[in-house]
Amino acid sequence: MAYFVQQVINGMTLGMIYGLIAIGYTMVYGIIGMINFAHGEIFMIGAFAAIITFLVLGIVGITWVPLALLLMLMVTMILTPFYGWTLERVAYRPLRGSPRLAALITAIGMSIFLQNYVQLLQSARNKPLQPLVRGGVEVMREGNFVVSLSYMQMIIIVVTLVLMVVFSLIIARTRLGRAQRACEQDRDMAALIGVDVDRTISLTFVMGAALAGVAGIMFLLYYGVIDFFIGFLAGIKAFTAAVLGGIGSLPGAMLGGILIGMIEALWSGYFSVEYKDVAAFSILILVLIFRPTGLLGKPDIEKV
Amino acid sequence: MAVTSVTPGADLRSLDVAAMLKEAGATAVVVFALTIGLVAFKTLDVPGGIGIETRFADVAMCMALAFFGRIALVLLREHRPYPVMAVALTFAIILTASLLSGQIFGPAAEAQMKMFLPFKAVIVSWIICVLAWSFAIRAAILMRHQGVSVLRDEREAMMDRVGAAVQRYSRFLGPALLAFAIVFPLLPFVDRRFLDLGILALTYIMLGWGLNIVVGLAGLLDLGYVAFYAVGAYSYALLATHFELSFWICLPFAGIMAAFAGLLLGFPVLRLRGDYLAIVTLGFGEMVRIILLNWYEFTNGPDGIGGIARPSFFGIPFKRNAPEGTETFHQMFGLEYSTLHKFVFLYFVILTLGLITNLFTIRIRKLPVGRAWEALREDEIACRSLGINPRNTKLTAFAIGAMFAGFAGSFFATRQTFISPESFVFLESAIILGIVVLGGFGSQVGVVLATGILIVLPELIRELHQYRMLAFGAVMVLIMLWRPSGLLAHREPTIKLGQGDKRGGEP
Repeated sequence: MAYFVQQVINGMTLGMIYGLIAIGYTMVYGIIGMINFAHGEIFMIGAFAAIITFLVLGIVGITWVPLALLLMLMVTMILTPFYGWTLERVAYRPLRGSPRLAALITAIGMSIFLQNYVQLLQSARNKPLQPLVRGGVEVMREGNFVVSLSYMQMIIIVVTLVLMVVFSLIIARTRLGRAQRACEQDRDMAALIGVDVDRTISLTFVMGAALAGVAGIMFLLYYGVIDFFIGFLAGIKAFTAAVLGGIGSLPGAMLGGILIGMIEALWSGYFSVEYKDVAAFSILILVLIFRPTGLLGKPDIEKV
Repeated sequence: MAVTSVTPGADLRSLDVAAMLKEAGATAVVVFALTIGLVAFKTLDVPGGIGIETRFADVAMCMALAFFGRIALVLLREHRPYPVMAVALTFAIILTASLLSGQIFGPAAEAQMKMFLPFKAVIVSWIICVLAWSFAIRAAILMRHQGVSVLRDEREAMMDRVGAAVQRYSRFLGPALLAFAIVFPLLPFVDRRFLDLGILALTYIMLGWGLNIVVGLAGLLDLGYVAFYAVGAYSYALLATHFELSFWICLPFAGIMAAFAGLLLGFPVLRLRGDYLAIVTLGFGEMVRIILLNWYEFTNGPDGIGGIARPSFFGIPFKRNAPEGTETFHQMFGLEYSTLHKFVFLYFVILTLGLITNLFTIRIRKLPVGRAWEALREDEIACRSLGINPRNTKLTAFAIGAMFAGFAGSFFATRQTFISPESFVFLESAIILGIVVLGGFGSQVGVVLATGILIVLPELIRELHQYRMLAFGAVMVLIMLWRPSGLLAHREPTIKLGQGDKRGGEP
């Protein structure tokens, strides 16, 4: 039982990171109907921006951990949106209204480009970071097995939940959110009634990139090591999460993320670590067979 | 952005310098934000952790380039080509001269000309050089057209004409390409490197043609095509190493195994819509790779399978000395022994396999099942109402596409004589899909052209080596931006109703 609880806590933490990335996929998919394949690379760039910020802070002399973490978060959330915005402006906007596969190919091209860009600039080696947040609390004890919730896991879960609430409110309450929902339903109609479609789409990319950046920091802090290739696997997992939850749905992305995280943690805990990805993809296939639009997705109405 | 574009004809109204500078400044700020993190600081590996090194000069240089580049763009947009022409041409000539000076005038001149190159990395200078030339060319076009730049629609129309022409002349173009492909290995200048490159290109062309059946004809987005390639390669490798079967016996088996894998995946998932299908196939590709990597007893895991037999010339081996009582290839045909024979033979094997794929595709398009694929791609609901079973039809496309990947896979295994899961990563799927889409859907010649651009060109330009994948990604993006429907995309309607005005009606 204790072991199970521990795996659930681990899976929850991992799922939060996937969920944050998945939101970026799902928002972009909802609004322009394309898979933003380069989104995982933005997550990776966020992790790199965070580690560089930390090193610079070390040189400047800011070593108090809470302040350093806050500054890392701020810098990353400022820098990654520029990548998201530029990506949309350079690679996707000119292709709006073109065949959908064209946008998919530019997205894959951008993903390859960004990966190699980071590799060339920062070398292909692993970048380690010493653990910044140590310690945790004991949740329960069973014999010799202690279930613990580390402070890092707490930070990840709390930050993700706060961001989730903030973004849900933005989408539900603000003018921008209304514009986004309008564009999602019908872009031409939204443009007719005065929504600046280009700006709305750009801001969607900016929001998604900011969240991916946060996920990047969390990944860096949680695992303590990054390289230029982390974006690929995290990206496809997060996209799997978005599809599992029902693409286009914000709570779905979070739910899917947590599910994928749980499946991975429990599978690694009880069966084998090697096949955790196989388990995640198999569950995805199973879910899609019975619910072709994901868990919380709206059924697709075909009109002739 | 602040500067509005001018309609053709209303040239040369006064230039809003403030707005122009503001726009250029904004670009520079964006570039600053993009480069301050990753370019300005390089993480270094030092004992016991990592340190950093700063590169602020490079950031400043990038910003300056972005600033002036943007000004040049604005000037072109505002129909003022002359200053752009002058500056771009000067830069282009100086950079080209400096870059090529080493090759033309020797190393002494190269050392002197180095001062004109702002960045340490040569590739960056090349990029700036190409950009300068492209600005100069655009300015020249603008000057010739007297103030009207080449519009996107015109470019599209031009490429459409090219695509149509290629299709019209494909009757001659196909045999011409084929003749070249046949003569190629016999040409005097072709050495081992060219032959390897030819084999590599033909492998990708074959894979492109195979995937074209799935993506181009049936319209199913498959991001895990490499899985079937892997199944084919491992089928052959395992059969050949465990049972010592020959290549020609294993080839059909490999195809059948891959087709079976296609059925296995396709059966549950083919009712999913486009993008859902894409992620499931992507997941399947990863699953196959992970299983190959971890099922140590069966696949030998990350160590791969080595010592796979090369194909023999229908039982006659390519060896210098034959074992007792047999003859080798060169003895039988009375040729001087050469290691190249083996590769020439491999070249012809893959050429034949590729041609079979091509011929099959061309023929099956005219059969009921081929027509059903294309109809299904265009409108699934209409197909259903006409009594076409969508699942079975899609399943045949999926399985046949997978079968060709299996053939190509077993060829890959026999060429490499060593395979490991490393060769079957997602990037391969992306490259093959890129070839199909860049070439233009359903265009067989397009696949050849795209392979030339994406595979052969980077191999030929040796300077690229470490920047190969960077350039690859950039080229993929640029071609798609330049021509979103694929280079040689052109779809001639099968039946035309009347001969109305071409420009009227729906395109």
